[in-house]
Amino acid sequence: MATETLTLGKALNTGLRRALENDPKVIIMGEDVGKLGGVFRITDGLQKDFGDQRVIDTPLAESGIIGTAVGLAIRGYRPICEIQFDGFVYPAYDQIVSQVAKMHYRSGGRLSIPMVIRIPYGGGIGAVEHHSESPEAYFAHTAGLKVVTCANPQDAYVMIQQAIASDDPIVFLEPKRRYWEKGQVDLDAPLSEAYPLHSARVVRPGTDVTVLTYGPMVRTCLEAATAAAEDGRELEVIDLRSLSPLDLTAAYESVQRTGRAVVVHEAPSNIGLGAELAARITEKCFYSLESPVLRVTGFDTPYPAARVEEEYLPDLDRVLDAVDRTFGW
Amino acid sequence: MAKGDPGGTTRSRRAAPRSKKGATGDPELVQLLTPDGERIESHTSPDGTEYRVDFTDEEYRGLYRDLVLVRKLDAEATALQRQGELGLWASLLGQEAAQVGSGRALRTQDMAFPTYREHGVLYCRGIDPIMPLGLFRGVDQGGWDPNEFKFNMYTIVIGAQTLHATGYAMGITMDGKTGTDDGEAAIAYFGDGATSQGDVNEAFVWASVFNAPLVFFCQNNQYAISEPLERQTRVPLYQRAAGFGFPGVRVDGNDVLASYAVTRTALDNARHGQGPSLIEAYTYRMGAHTTSDDPTRYRIASEVEAWQAKDPITRVKAFLEKQQIADADFFAEVDEQARRESVHLRERVLDMPNPEPVTMFDHVYPNGSPLLDEQRAQFTRYMESFEGSAH
Repeated sequence: MATETLTLGKALNTGLRRALENDPKVIIMGEDVGKLGGVFRITDGLQKDFGDQRVIDTPLAESGIIGTAVGLAIRGYRPICEIQFDGFVYPAYDQIVSQVAKMHYRSGGRLSIPMVIRIPYGGGIGAVEHHSESPEAYFAHTAGLKVVTCANPQDAYVMIQQAIASDDPIVFLEPKRRYWEKGQVDLDAPLSEAYPLHSARVVRPGTDVTVLTYGPMVRTCLEAATAAAEDGRELEVIDLRSLSPLDLTAAYESVQRTGRAVVVHEAPSNIGLGAELAARITEKCFYSLESPVLRVTGFDTPYPAARVEEEYLPDLDRVLDAVDRTFGW
Repeated sequence: MAKGDPGGTTRSRRAAPRSKKGATGDPELVQLLTPDGERIESHTSPDGTEYRVDFTDEEYRGLYRDLVLVRKLDAEATALQRQGELGLWASLLGQEAAQVGSGRALRTQDMAFPTYREHGVLYCRGIDPIMPLGLFRGVDQGGWDPNEFKFNMYTIVIGAQTLHATGYAMGITMDGKTGTDDGEAAIAYFGDGATSQGDVNEAFVWASVFNAPLVFFCQNNQYAISEPLERQTRVPLYQRAAGFGFPGVRVDGNDVLASYAVTRTALDNARHGQGPSLIEAYTYRMGAHTTSDDPTRYRIASEVEAWQAKDPITRVKAFLEKQQIADADFFAEVDEQARRESVHLRERVLDMPNPEPVTMFDHVYPNGSPLLDEQRAQFTRYMESFEGSAH
């Protein structure tokens, strides 16, 4: 078994390379994805090895990236589109929501758009405005799209390949603040036997409070769980991984044991993923709940200036504060 | 066309000696058949491109038949909407020549990306004309197979399809399907209003820098619902192409012969690897934007009358009569065919069943979704709860 220590970014790069090797119809499109290798170097070296017909530097227009990728998909290609930053996806929003998401439906199943839209998302890197947003709710709300996000190098390596292999259009959110974090990656395990793309995973078992999270907040919640354990509280942390569709089988089972649930995400709370999670848990676990489902999220402000983002973003202390409050009912 | 390849065009730096300007006197408007039915042998554009067609009598009659049929079927659809059988209809009235001319210029392997008004092109692609009526009746979302007929689904979001066409054309190049006579090309249809859209301008950029084998076919019908052309542009639309680095040409969109010639030339240039071009088919929307629109609120009758005199079908009929290519029996037979087909269309529309409600859950995802499975099951149980009740 070839297990290597890779950063999350390098794991994505390696997964993309595998996909390009395995299927000649897979292409990568985006701004600066070629010679530069992307502003985060996620496509580093790929144009050099696969050519500029497979790794395409596009003009600087996001709607054009997605719209032309639709046409390429209709012709049988499997485009992977890179949107450079979360806050730059909105010019492509119409193509994503009205075209990519609906093409299969409108065509009565005759056309598929096997597209992956990669978006580095979330804050925590001290960036200027439009570079730290968490737009997942917009996409998760859209029928016809699937939305996934990875939280560690192993998942990054496997999930990007699974997303590319899927015929569904998938928004693939990459936690940019975690790009440089390292982990063990099994490079040889066959994709067909991998953990399913749209399944959540319990990343730390516990008995007292269920913590539901995803993407960049998984690590934050694991750190909170470690701290809570020192105080004698065992948090069960679930990495949702798939935001649409949601896989809440493990969450329901967990909450029925713990009676308490906290949802943690960077995106603002209003009408966000946390609201959906709270509603569904309430529907399915009503008689088990000892407290309302609480949310720890970014605030309902535009993403603030970088020097205050640490206060904006959920952190270990805010997670533990919410955990404490679930015992206050 | 019935057979063969009648649309011979040549690209030449020399002005063709026998060519003459169109009756409009506008050297920038390609015209091969005047509104009076006078045939212009060829047209040489300022860039030296010569446009001509060389149809057989049978092919001329075929074009006339196409024009009459698509107008009649379109009128039937408008009538069906007025009688409550369709939710909406976007009539092509007045634009038949631009659509039949360009539609017949497509070769089998070429791929078209329509708006929601290209019923004439759809007809030329061999798609059953009832197909779009399902969409406008609200019983389905379209219905034809885009890859089988090389004609994508209708696109209602203005201009979005021009990017799809551009990507598809990039794929043609990537597949190595250009550079020969049997190479492939794509064509993107859109209107004058769409030229203001970001997507259309992005498509121009993309097609240009990737040298995509693509024809941008803009039917300038003078109005974007109520807004006249002056609200979209201060330069003639075909001239915009120059700024993006590819040729643009304006054709009399009410002239089926010229529309055919310029489209065939542009497609052949594209399939031979010469990149994109823009055609502005100068025409007029004789009817309303859709059946929900009232054009008397924003345009005057005299303007409509002036365009009535440039009718795309009248001039072909005049030409066929003058040249004795067709006789009264032929015209009567075409009218009878059109009547028959429109009655048939009507009967079939009225017979279109409503879909089973539960089918709304189908085809959201190629791989399905547990959320939808759950909702479908809940909905089915809910519907079944009414069985045996008075409702």
